[in-house]
Amino acid sequence: MKKNICLYFQVHQPTRLRLYRFFDIGKDSHYYDDFANRTILKRIAQKCYLPMNELLLESIKESKGAFKVAFSISGSAIEQFERYAPEVIDSFRELAQTGCVEFLCETYNHSLASLASPAEFKHQVLKHKAVIQKTFGVEPKAFRNTELIYSDTIGAGVYELGFKTMLTEGARHIMGWKSPNYVYSNAIKSGLKLLLRNYTLSDDIAFRFSDRQWQSWPLTAEKYLESLAAADGDIVNLFMDYETFGEHQAADCGIFDFMRALPRVVLADGGYKFVTPSEAAKSLKAVDSLDVPEAISWADEERDVTAWLGNELQQDAYNKLYSLTEKLSILNDAMLWEDFGHLQASDHFYYMCTKFFSDGEVHKRFNPYDTPYEAFINYMNVLSDFMIRVDDAIAEK
Amino acid sequence: MKVLMFGWEFPPHIAGGLGTACEGIVKGLAYNGVETLFVMPSASGDEDQSATTIINASDVAVDVVSQTASEFLDKVKFVHIGTNMIPYVGPEEFSGVVEEERKRQLKDFSISYGQKYKFSGKYGTNLMEEVARYAMVGGTIALQHKDEFDLIHAHDWLTYLAGIAAKEMTGKPLVIHVHATSFDRSSDDKIDTRVFEIEKKGMLAADRVITVSDLTRNIVINKYGIDPAKVVTVHNAVDFSGRENITVEKGVKDKVVTFLGRITFQKGPEYFIEAAAKVLKRTRNVRFVMAGSGDMMNRCIRHVARLGISDRFHFTGFLRGAEVQKMFALSDVYIMPSVSEPFGISPLEAMRCGVPSIISFQSGAAEILKYAFKVDFWNVDAMADAIYALIEYPALAKFASEVGYDEVNHLKWNGATAKMKAVYESVINK
Repeated sequence: MKKNICLYFQVHQPTRLRLYRFFDIGKDSHYYDDFANRTILKRIAQKCYLPMNELLLESIKESKGAFKVAFSISGSAIEQFERYAPEVIDSFRELAQTGCVEFLCETYNHSLASLASPAEFKHQVLKHKAVIQKTFGVEPKAFRNTELIYSDTIGAGVYELGFKTMLTEGARHIMGWKSPNYVYSNAIKSGLKLLLRNYTLSDDIAFRFSDRQWQSWPLTAEKYLESLAAADGDIVNLFMDYETFGEHQAADCGIFDFMRALPRVVLADGGYKFVTPSEAAKSLKAVDSLDVPEAISWADEERDVTAWLGNELQQDAYNKLYSLTEKLSILNDAMLWEDFGHLQASDHFYYMCTKFFSDGEVHKRFNPYDTPYEAFINYMNVLSDFMIRVDDAIAEK
Repeated sequence: MKVLMFGWEFPPHIAGGLGTACEGIVKGLAYNGVETLFVMPSASGDEDQSATTIINASDVAVDVVSQTASEFLDKVKFVHIGTNMIPYVGPEEFSGVVEEERKRQLKDFSISYGQKYKFSGKYGTNLMEEVARYAMVGGTIALQHKDEFDLIHAHDWLTYLAGIAAKEMTGKPLVIHVHATSFDRSSDDKIDTRVFEIEKKGMLAADRVITVSDLTRNIVINKYGIDPAKVVTVHNAVDFSGRENITVEKGVKDKVVTFLGRITFQKGPEYFIEAAAKVLKRTRNVRFVMAGSGDMMNRCIRHVARLGISDRFHFTGFLRGAEVQKMFALSDVYIMPSVSEPFGISPLEAMRCGVPSIISFQSGAAEILKYAFKVDFWNVDAMADAIYALIEYPALAKFASEVGYDEVNHLKWNGATAKMKAVYESVINK
């Protein structure tokens, strides 16, 4: 049997908040830094999304459909594409039309709703499913949660929403002696199959590719094939941020050349085939169920949710935000829902993370704020204004 | 009567409250018929000289007539140039800074006599050096103007050495004015000993020590061991002339309780947070604002988050001029829970804006403000009580606002400086 290679890329851009001061509370309810959002999106579209989409399209054509990938594109990213760079949507559509690309479902706002509120989680999942269908004409069948956050109960909830496949992290503390290179099933609902990220092989590309201190530098497709050959099991799941290509790893370090060569080299070997997550789940049997009582994710050394909820700042902001869920449902106001969604983006909580010393480098790279404290103050000012609007609306009703 | 006065800053270019106080003092003295020559390290030329004559120390060379040169050096020999404060830096950077400093001083020494020194007049890394040079220039200025003044008045430790040098050179009486002590800048075990030494030297050399409150007077007597007979309290005043209260449209409907100042241990920010949490247990229509920045800020933010009140407790960061006025205008209650405050002018500013104020007994302002609410800084319950009363009982708030406004408008420098004049007379006629 040929070994399966499953490539999945995460595409997400948060709707960043503007500098929102105490003096603005109750006076100005536009929360977003439109300039930064537009500038950053346009830059990444030029450096990453457009060239990489073109590269993947060429690879799919060249391989006559043997090369396959999957994407999860957050709702906030789609909104920004439509507003600032519609050509990116077109190029994703072109990829969709090849039939070799699977689009996954996630929470619309890349949120932490799965941890906070089943109702809000469902709301966002359905919203995302609808936008994917509308934008790309395909119905998402497999699910990936924000930052691969997963637990037994979250998985069971996802199954209830009609998904048969879910992606998560092959976290060492969960796997123990088990290999991530097999398909597993949810501990509560055995009908939900789990694909686990092979973090070593994924991070070889996503984090280490341009690291000159790394023993495998410079990484070539041939060298990478050797690593794939050394991996045990039925499937190697390579999950990473799409911004890896051209943004986190700059074009001049050769990341595009590597990605162009990879499908050719892997397919030429004859021992491998590319699969999408849903294909993998269909063709491979679950070898075992996986117990994940506490939530895991793909973030940081800990592979848990402490990157977003690890300190008191994050917890207080999170509690305050999700305390509004019920009121929002009662009001069912489109404008409020939209802001509520943007405020839920996990990125806002990530900016408040104080784990500077181990994973600080990664945190800093994506952080528009100088300190987690500034991030917190700004977020709470915005949230305070939002809470006033919610309460006023309730009072009116 | 004429006074040679040493200050460090003067409006419009000020970093702290000292410059503002100095302006009030020279104007008040002028009203009481006392002329002043005001020396400052770095004048910009746009200072208001209607009430005083400003001497810019940066324009004066340390240039002594030959027969007194040795005497001069002898008298200012206590001045050690080069004991600089170096901020906390890494070892490599530190050695770099030290080396650079050494070279610069060597060069400076060889050319300093007969030269002018360009003071920054700020509070930078070479503050100690500026303080020492200011003394040398101060001595020179005193000699040059020997016949034009009856006594010397020096404000805060930065100018004490200059005051001492002036006294040594001219034999005229010295009054030093203690606006703050080392004990107000940090806790007892962490005070800067070099600053303490200068302060003590100034107090010992002075003929009279003026303190801004009895609280400070007690510190001067107890911690510096100064003879109580020569320490006199003259409470600060505040000059509101030309100040129009601004009105700002309020964005939030809730009452706003404001703390404004450096977020440091001395200001008691954590007591305010604890009190806020207590108030929020009773009523929700209130917001708390901590305006300013400081080394305790991050700790305070965590504290607020831990108490789960960050949707009602806001931080603004450091506020500039107009923003401060705006903040007062938005406030319903002002609070100054200082652990140690020589005087504390901010509640006066708040009351002038019609904002009722709660201040700690551990502030100098508490000694003179009848209509501010006073609590011990550690008494979080009393603080919460006072806040609650002011936001929930409109009659009380209205009363406090009106009488507070009248009260601070009557605190005039003309009165305070009349007391200062009496102090001057007591040393001139000795």
